[in-house]
Amino acid sequence: MKKLESSLSNMVMVLVAVAIITGGLLAWVNHVTEGPIREQDEQALANGIKNVMGTDKLTVTANDEMKSIVDGKEQTFVIHKVNDASGRFLGAAVESTTGGFGGDLKVLVGFDAEGTILGYTILQTAETPGLGAKADKWFQKGGKGCIVGRKMDAAKPLTVNKDGGDVDAITASTITTRAFLKAVNQAYGAYAKQDVDGQSGATRQSKK
Amino acid sequence: MNYVKILTNGIIKENPTFVLLLGMCPTLATTTSSMNGLSMGLATMFVLICSNVVISFIKNITPDMVRIPVFVVVIASFVTILQMCLKAYLPAINESLGLFIPLIVVNCLILGRAEAFACKKGPLESLFDGIGMGLGFTLGLTVLGMARELLGGGSLFGIILLPETYNILLFVLPPGAFITLGFLIALVNNFKKA
Repeated sequence: MKKLESSLSNMVMVLVAVAIITGGLLAWVNHVTEGPIREQDEQALANGIKNVMGTDKLTVTANDEMKSIVDGKEQTFVIHKVNDASGRFLGAAVESTTGGFGGDLKVLVGFDAEGTILGYTILQTAETPGLGAKADKWFQKGGKGCIVGRKMDAAKPLTVNKDGGDVDAITASTITTRAFLKAVNQAYGAYAKQDVDGQSGATRQSKK
Repeated sequence: MNYVKILTNGIIKENPTFVLLLGMCPTLATTTSSMNGLSMGLATMFVLICSNVVISFIKNITPDMVRIPVFVVVIASFVTILQMCLKAYLPAINESLGLFIPLIVVNCLILGRAEAFACKKGPLESLFDGIGMGLGFTLGLTVLGMARELLGGGSLFGIILLPETYNILLFVLPPGAFITLGFLIALVNNFKKA
């Protein structure tokens, strides 16, 4: 078969045909994989929430999205309110994003009703392997910069020891540490703010 | 040209990583561990085989002047398909390779083989070229990943072999990729001469 000539009509025809065929193919693959991808995302989030709340027996009662202005930029926080097995208000897992050393750092932090940190997990990170990427263990229980179990206070945010705070920075990764603590502080800020509306319901439930 | 020769050509004589030095960016960036190197190699191989075969089929109905855009569209479609499937069925791999999956589109190995081989040869030869080159690339990335993981993290495929005191962090970081690659190329050249 002779090669098709590079005339304008031939070129347009071939490009359009290729675009239509590949477009159709991609639409079909997208249709097939759409369901499983959503399931995977939900699964990952559900595992994350269980992980940061420190218990498997929980029900997520609300997934509130909250926008708030931080440092002049609008940021979105997602607050997953959680009840325990007996239906009591347990607290909330909050998604919060800041800029780390290598890119966006997205953490999920669990707070109980009093604002104590129950746990955290890192949802998305681009920190340096071996240095900043240690953040997934460093601040956990037993880690050197443990923040689990701390009670948050809006007037006294968590700060790294280099900036006069009392959280040990990850060795050679102060920027990651700062970004991480900022994400946690912001998450608490969002949680506390929305708690003003939700507080009455929460305290009433826990008194029962 | 027989098919076995095409196949071994990509793995040994014209190994894309150690001899042709094609696709260096993902090679250096994703080989922080053996598993990452292996999965990146396999992902690239999938795209390479599919694009080689399809391009070889459509080479006669593609006018020369629009051949590059057509090739890029074909390659990009396969990469997108790959990414959607990874997201749906192998999310762990998708997470660890991250941005480098969509970047397979611009991996010069793939467009290079399309230009140098698939648009001149028949589909079956192109299939074997894709398999050979893909295996060669996978092999290169896996060896590089293994060397870096062993020196930097003291483990192979996640199995810890050396205690943490012997870890050399440098090898997991970008400079370690260049150093390891340099030494491996020197080794391969030495073997080829011998």
